[in-house]
This record gives sequence, C-alpha cells and structure tokens, in this order.
Amino acid sequence: MKKLLKGGRVVDPRNGIDGTYDVLIDGDRIARVGRDIPADGATVVEIPPGLVLCPGLIDMHVHLREPGQEHKETVATGTAAAVAGGFTAVACMPNTTPVNDSANVTTQILSKAAEANLARVYPIGAVSKGSKGELLADIAELRDAGCVAISDDGHPVATALLMRRALEYAGMFDMPLIEHCEDQSLKGDGVAHEGFHASVLGLRGIPGAAEALGVERGVLLAELTGSRLHIAHMSARASIRAVRKGKEAGVRVTCEVAPHHFTLTDEMLGAPVAYDTNTKMNPPLREAADRDAMIAGIVDGTVDAIATDHAPHHYDEKQVEFDRAPFGIVGLETAVSLTFDRLLHSGLVRLPRFVELLSSNPAQILKIPGGSLAVGAVADISILAPDLKVRVDARSFRSRGRNTPFDGWQLRGGVAATIVGGRTVFTNVEAGLKNL
Amino acid sequence: MSLHDIDSTDQAVTPAARDAAPPPLTALRSKDLLGIADLSAAEITLVLDTAEAMKEVGTRPIKKVPALRGKTVVNLFFEPSTRTRTSFEIAEKRLSADTLNIAIATSSVAKGETLSDTALTLEAMAPDMIVLRHSSSGAGHLLSRICRSGIINAGDGTHEHPTQALLDAFTIRERKGRLSGLKVAIVGDLLHSRVLRSNIQLLTKMGADVWVSGPPTLIPAGMRDFGVTATAHVDEAVGDADVIMLLRIQLERMEGAYFPSQREYFNVFGMTESRLRLARPDVMIMHPGPMNRGVEIASEVADGPYSVILDQVANGVAVRMAVLYLLAGGVDHEEAA
Repeated sequence: MKKLLKGGRVVDPRNGIDGTYDVLIDGDRIARVGRDIPADGATVVEIPPGLVLCPGLIDMHVHLREPGQEHKETVATGTAAAVAGGFTAVACMPNTTPVNDSANVTTQILSKAAEANLARVYPIGAVSKGSKGELLADIAELRDAGCVAISDDGHPVATALLMRRALEYAGMFDMPLIEHCEDQSLKGDGVAHEGFHASVLGLRGIPGAAEALGVERGVLLAELTGSRLHIAHMSARASIRAVRKGKEAGVRVTCEVAPHHFTLTDEMLGAPVAYDTNTKMNPPLREAADRDAMIAGIVDGTVDAIATDHAPHHYDEKQVEFDRAPFGIVGLETAVSLTFDRLLHSGLVRLPRFVELLSSNPAQILKIPGGSLAVGAVADISILAPDLKVRVDARSFRSRGRNTPFDGWQLRGGVAATIVGGRTVFTNVEAGLKNL
Repeated sequence: MSLHDIDSTDQAVTPAARDAAPPPLTALRSKDLLGIADLSAAEITLVLDTAEAMKEVGTRPIKKVPALRGKTVVNLFFEPSTRTRTSFEIAEKRLSADTLNIAIATSSVAKGETLSDTALTLEAMAPDMIVLRHSSSGAGHLLSRICRSGIINAGDGTHEHPTQALLDAFTIRERKGRLSGLKVAIVGDLLHSRVLRSNIQLLTKMGADVWVSGPPTLIPAGMRDFGVTATAHVDEAVGDADVIMLLRIQLERMEGAYFPSQREYFNVFGMTESRLRLARPDVMIMHPGPMNRGVEIASEVADGPYSVILDQVANGVAVRMAVLYLLAGGVDHEEAA
C-alpha cells in the first residue's frame, strides 16, 4: 500500500531538507523523499500550497492519567488530543495511580495505546518505587517493558543521593533522567509565582530560585555521573542560565519549555479573570523577564524541546478556591498554534528550528523512532498549516481536560493532518486537504 | 428609598466630597464588594459619606431604619471571627435586613461539600447578599462568578478585607478631615495581611503617602509596584507620620522562621511610647484587632491618648451599614453602571 504526498514544503532538519518535495510512503515506512516522484501505482495526495510536511511532532511530556485517574483523561482521549494537536507520539509521565514503577503498569499503558491506535505512546517509568523517593524502581524491568526514560515528575527526585544513584544506574542504559526541578522547602506551600501579581492577590509565592536550585543540583549531578539529564518544564530565567552554563561545560543536559511559559506571564492571575484556576500550574506563570528568557533560550539553542506538560483535570477539581485547585493545564491541542503564532510568525524561530524543537530533538533525547523522514524511517508525518486561522475552543477538545487559559484565543497556525505509521489518524477539514 | 429618608441634613457632604470635581456618585458600579481594588476614589468617597449618615442612626434611641426591610443577608463565615461577624450582624439588623449566620462548624463543608456547591445551595434560596469570610484568597471572586446575589468580602485569605480599610479611612477622615497628603505608616506582618492590601489600595487611591514596615521576611514581593515605600527600618516609616496602623503579629509565624522571638520583634518593631515620639504630635494609632499587647504594640500606646482603636470598632458598624445599603438598598446596579 503506497501513498504519494505530492508537493508541499517538506522540512526535515535532521536530513538537511527544506523545500518543495514529494514524499512516498510504503506501508508504515518512508520510501522516498524527492522531486517528481512517479505515482507508480501509489495513491496520490495533492498537498495544497502553503502546507508544511515534517517528521511527526513528539510531545515528550504529557500526563495521560491512566491507570487510575480516568475521570481526568485516558490513554484513548489523550492520544486523540495528541493527533488532533499534530503530535504523532507522546511520552507519558509515571504519576498515575498506581505509579508506573513496574512492568505491569507500563504494559497496561501500552496495551491501552495499542487499542486506541492513534499516537504512539512512550511511557516514562518512575525513578523511585511509588515515586516516594526512597528506593530505586526496577529500572531495567521498566526499560524492558518499554519505558524510554525515568522521572519522579510532579516532584523532584527526593534527595541528591538518590538522584546520583538513579543517574548512575540509568546511565548503563543511556536512559535520560527527566527531572522536575524544585527545591521543595523553598517552594513551600506556594501556589503562584512570587512577585507583584501574587502579592496583590494574596497568593503564596514560589520564587524562580526554587526551580533554579533544582536545575543547579541536577546539572552538578549529571556532571558528576556523566549520565544524561533532561530538565522538564523550565520557567525561570536562572534555570536557563544554569543549563546554558552546564552545556558550555560539556555536561550532558537537555531541557524543555512549555508553550504557556513562552506565551504567558503572571499578569494572567489577575486579569482577564481574577483567580482563574486555569492559570495555576507548576511551575507557575512567571514574570515577563522569565518569559523572555524562555524565548531567548529557544532562539539561541539552550532549549532543546518544546513540550506541553499536558495536565488534564476534571472541571470539578478546578472549580474551587485558587489555593485548593490542582496545578496543571492541558496543552496538546494548543501547542502547535501557540508555537506558530508566538515564535514563528514573530520571526524568532524558523521552520527547521520549529521541527527540531517539536520533533527531531525529542526523538533524539528519548532515542525513539521518528524525528526524521529518512528512507526507511517510520512514516510519522505531521502536516501543518502555518497560516490557518485558529480559534481555540476548549469545548471541542478531544482531551477530557478543558483546563486551558487559552480558550477563545485567536491564533495563526494550526494542524492540517497527522499521519502515524503511514495511516492518517487526523484530518482537519478546514485546512483544505482531501483524500488523505 | 433614598439616603435622605434616613438623614435629611447635608452633613454627609464632606470637604473631600466637595473638592471632587465630578458630580458625586449615588451608587456603586458593581453588585459585589470583593476588594478595594475594584473601587474608584469617587466610590470610596460615596461609601464614606454614606457611612456618616449611618453613624447618626447609631446615635438615635431607636437604632433602626427600614432601608433593607425584606432583604435577606447571609453571613457565611468559613473562618472564626467575632468582631467582623458581629459588626456585620449589627449593621444588618440596624438596616432591618433578615440575617442568617452560617459558620463553618455547622456547615456542610465539614461533610466535604465544595464552596461552589455551598454557594449554589444558598443561591437557590435567593438571598440578596452574602457576606463571605474565607481562608482562601479569591473565594469571593469564585462566589461572584456563581451567584446572582451580591457578595461582600469580609476577608479572603491574605487578599483583601475591604470593609476594614473603609472603616479605617472613615476613622482617619473623621479625625483629620482628609486622607490626601497624610503620611500613613503601616507596621507589622505585611505578608499575611489582607488588611494591609485593602488599606494600601484605598489610601494610595485617596492620595495618602503610604509607608509600610516590618521584618524583611514579612514584606511581600513587588511592594514598590504598589505605589508605597517599603522599609525594614521602622523609625523611617514612623517618622512624621500622621497615622500609624499596626498589624497583628500571629504568634505561629515564629515557627516559619520569619522572626526569632516575640521579644526581639517587640524590641525592633514594637510600637512603644518612645518610638511614637518620632511621629507627628497629633498622630493616630490604629489597630484592626485583635491586638497582641507587648508584641506589636505596647499597652501604654494601645491605651494611650493617641489610640483610636475603639473608634475603629464603632465606625465599623456605620461603614458596613453604608456598604450594605449601597449594594442592596434597592439601587439597580445595571442601571447605575
């Protein structure tokens, strides 16, 4: 079964490709990328001008909530949201109920993903048993079951010693440890970024230093162990500085930033809706200087990946007092539009860098298939519509979570279609694609 | 019903109101009072002027007017409170409202009900006003989004306590004749104080020169952007002050390592008679209560001639009557806006 995608701008930075090409898919693999490829029996799909084909986008930080928190999200609804958001693969964090600290849980997640048959799902295993920060989880077992990284996300690895051990141990498989950086004593019972806006509203503050302390610790331990460390959801300017310094010193550290942290600031706490719990996430929305440092890090290459930290919650859980609401917002169905609108159309980032941040770098960090349209690679392709006018409508999300501060936003740039393993799993009729 | 049915003299017209260029307001724009942040200077003046008329009601042999007859006011208190709840209740009764007190111990919150559900349940019984005291900042905003009833914030977490700031302003204006141009020093636990936030909003809007002081551990981030001068050197704040407001130091703060001991706090920040001499000779000493004598304030100061602490309590009733009257007294807010 062959499919020929004719025309369209193909952007594949891993292979140095950026231009108008045809892409031939044979079964679940890329057969060829070139000019004027003959149809030769393949189903031909004309790509309308203005659309972009790239290696499938990978969100390396999502919470699919299954098993145990299916009222928030399931593997099926989360992967439906992923493909609607242009993602062909997601890596899901282990803070489910029970925690993904055993092959049983990993296998359950993978079987749900196979059943849903939408985006690829790469589970991330826990660093410690129950993510309790005491004993190491069975990391080899997790890896054999399909985990691609380890993390105690939701919390930092409890102690420097345990983190050192985990880095050393996971280092034998060259698996990255993904760290949620936070000094918990400094964070305390904070609920918002420590600054003017939290002070006005009487919300307990979390200083950026709470995160940066964790980043500094992580970079030092990655240097000590020589193992790979990936810093999750960076938000503070001092964190960017710490990663930049680490990279300059040759430490094997990578990092990600979420779209809300390069788009929003803590001003959102008070307006347009004061105390909107959809502006509450951890790490929190920070001040403009931090937001600008995230953008600078993305532009100068300090930041390796854009990841959403997609954290769906039931509306009941968010319809409470601000300090009692859970942290987290959904991100899968807004990430591409926000990245286009805020970074690409403002001229800060060009398409090849966009694809690096959302596809090839995450694939490389997690050592998973994709991130490239090389011959023989998996036929995971995102077809993007950089100029599509998008109005965010939370009620139409595939995700069970509607907790987004972007509801009603008008953005430029969206998703036209998503192809996983040669199979079209999402088509946006508004983008003008037919017969895909 | 108009204000003149209560008080036909023109004593409500104050120098501050006369100085204001635009014609005086007759109503507030919102159905709620969630914070001083939402009030304009003209609205603040309206509340204070109305409170003067209300204060007169409290001097009559029969301290009751029919302004809120047939209106239902629910005092929904999720935190223990004696003085604020009592003050609201007296204010409501003097305006002839039907009042209902719900305290946390007897509410269904203990059974795990959310604030939203509690509010919807109350709302179904169609009260006109809900007076809310809650430990979470922004609880009133949540209620306001759910309820058609007017919401009066009687203290939400560490956010605002607007009627306290209004009664403080009333007390200052009563003594000094104005708010504009006065140097007001606010000293104590700034970080955890909703009284501070409301007072800063109100006093800066009314043109006062506001200084705040306390241990650096208890000064909120970004104070400069509030339009006040923050200093850990209390003598600078108190120097030449017209008004000194003291904030309660909660004794459990020592456990958070905010300061070493009550004794040290008193030595460095406590309002003593000798420190008081740095202020203007006609300085007013204020405290929202309850006081910790010998911690933030020396007894000699609390009981001394400069103290207006009991006037604040008395004025609280008049100011709350004014707020209730302006929000629930038959004015159509849609129309007023």
